[in-house]
Amino acid sequence: MGGDLVFYGFALLTVLSGFFVVASRNIVHAAFSLLFTLFGVAGLYAQLGADFLAVTQTIVYIGGILVLVVFAVMMTRIPRADAPRRGLDRAVPAAILALLAFALIYMVIVGTRWPQRATGAPEATVAEIGTSLMTRFVFPFEYASLVLLAALVGAAILIRERAPQDDPADADDPAGNGEVRS
Amino acid sequence: MQVMTELFARIFGDGLSPVGLLVAGGLTMALVMSLVMALCAIVFTWAERKVAGFIQSRYGPMRVGRWHGVLQPVADMVKILGKEDIIPRDADKRLFQLAPFVIFVGSLMAWAAIPFAPGFIAADLDLGLFYIFAVSSAASIGILMAGWASNNKWSLYGAVRGVAQGVSYEIPLALACIPVVMITGSLNMNDIVIAQQGGIWRWHFLHDPFLFVSFLLYFVASIAEVNRGPFDLPETESELVAGYHTEYTGMRFAFFFLAEYANLFLVSCIATAVFLGGWQPVFGPVFLPGLVFVTKAVLLVLLQMWLRWTLPRLRVDQLMHVCWKVMVPLALVCVLGAGIWMLATGQAG
Repeated sequence: MGGDLVFYGFALLTVLSGFFVVASRNIVHAAFSLLFTLFGVAGLYAQLGADFLAVTQTIVYIGGILVLVVFAVMMTRIPRADAPRRGLDRAVPAAILALLAFALIYMVIVGTRWPQRATGAPEATVAEIGTSLMTRFVFPFEYASLVLLAALVGAAILIRERAPQDDPADADDPAGNGEVRS
Repeated sequence: MQVMTELFARIFGDGLSPVGLLVAGGLTMALVMSLVMALCAIVFTWAERKVAGFIQSRYGPMRVGRWHGVLQPVADMVKILGKEDIIPRDADKRLFQLAPFVIFVGSLMAWAAIPFAPGFIAADLDLGLFYIFAVSSAASIGILMAGWASNNKWSLYGAVRGVAQGVSYEIPLALACIPVVMITGSLNMNDIVIAQQGGIWRWHFLHDPFLFVSFLLYFVASIAEVNRGPFDLPETESELVAGYHTEYTGMRFAFFFLAEYANLFLVSCIATAVFLGGWQPVFGPVFLPGLVFVTKAVLLVLLQMWLRWTLPRLRVDQLMHVCWKVMVPLALVCVLGAGIWMLATGQAG
């Protein structure tokens, strides 16, 4: 009974704040209310006994991705009075897209054969996850880390102002510390 | 939590269902932790002013409370409670009001997994250490919220700096703890402390040279993580007035203050549990575990204060340089080195 109450609490939090993300006219408010949506989802994971997933959700989505989202939204410097345009020409395509996405997700959920297990007391999952990452899933795990490394290197190259060898000004600046003597 | 649920079970007998017992225990523990946070702020503000005074050859607060101004924080608290709650006209009201509580809750949640003494831990999680890092990373959102909602360039700069610093130094902070997790084979805070049983030579920071370096890395990163000097760039009073809490007054400002000192004590508590043996005494059998734990953590806090009032502030580019080009690679080397050490000494199972 108490477990149900916790579930409905987290579900309500997730759905309400999720609705606010979509419905809010202020894009920064929408980004911040994602905090509560993501937290609610983490709570649902924890209640399902997936403690590792819940904590990972918190550190990746709230501590990482949400911070990035808010940063990006703030950088766009939206003027507060200038709310996004509303009208049928936007609402109709959006509704169709949303329905299509919903239909797709629904089909996947119904079509998947979910492995079922007798529910018992939640047990520690982290040791098991660690072992299978290092044995059965070691190749996908290493592959994912390689992809992330490539993304990291790519981002570092992109934010570099210019490659040093292409720059004739560097001849005056052998130390490369930006002080051009001339 | 076990302590509390047992206590309630004894008081109410069979009158409470297991769920009720759990809720009552949880709420009491949350209340206890909030009081610990408040106590931290009260004791450490006084200590900070005294330490600052000592280092700058002056007395610090001397008048309130007869002996060396011990009642100064109480007077300050009364003053701050009586202040007007000002919200700037052009601020985003709802976010402005919400931000201090988001920061406070993020800090309070992390306290749940700190093992003060055997059995005295609010939530004995298997993922303890990972959980602490996860929920304290949520405070970044509160900082951004405060900085943006204030609608003021100093606040926003302070928030952007604070968050950039927070998400950067989180990485060496967590990486420095990984060797300990490797040795212990557990993320559970209780297990980590119990693994250090048997005197100072069994504490993790003296386990091998790599762990000693890890401990130093953790300590430096933790100062940056709580935004204190010499890493107090989000506040830099000479550039940004006071950073992201420039516009806050009264109780809302007090929440920022509370969270700052609570976080200061929190990172010291984590260092104590992970590297300095937790409640285990320097030698001999376990004796007054809670007192031992708090003493170690308070000594670390005093060390942080000493550093704050001694070292000059870093520049922004230096800050990022130290994190990404010095501390992260060094922490990775420590992880590798600790692994090799475990293999070489036959501790790897």
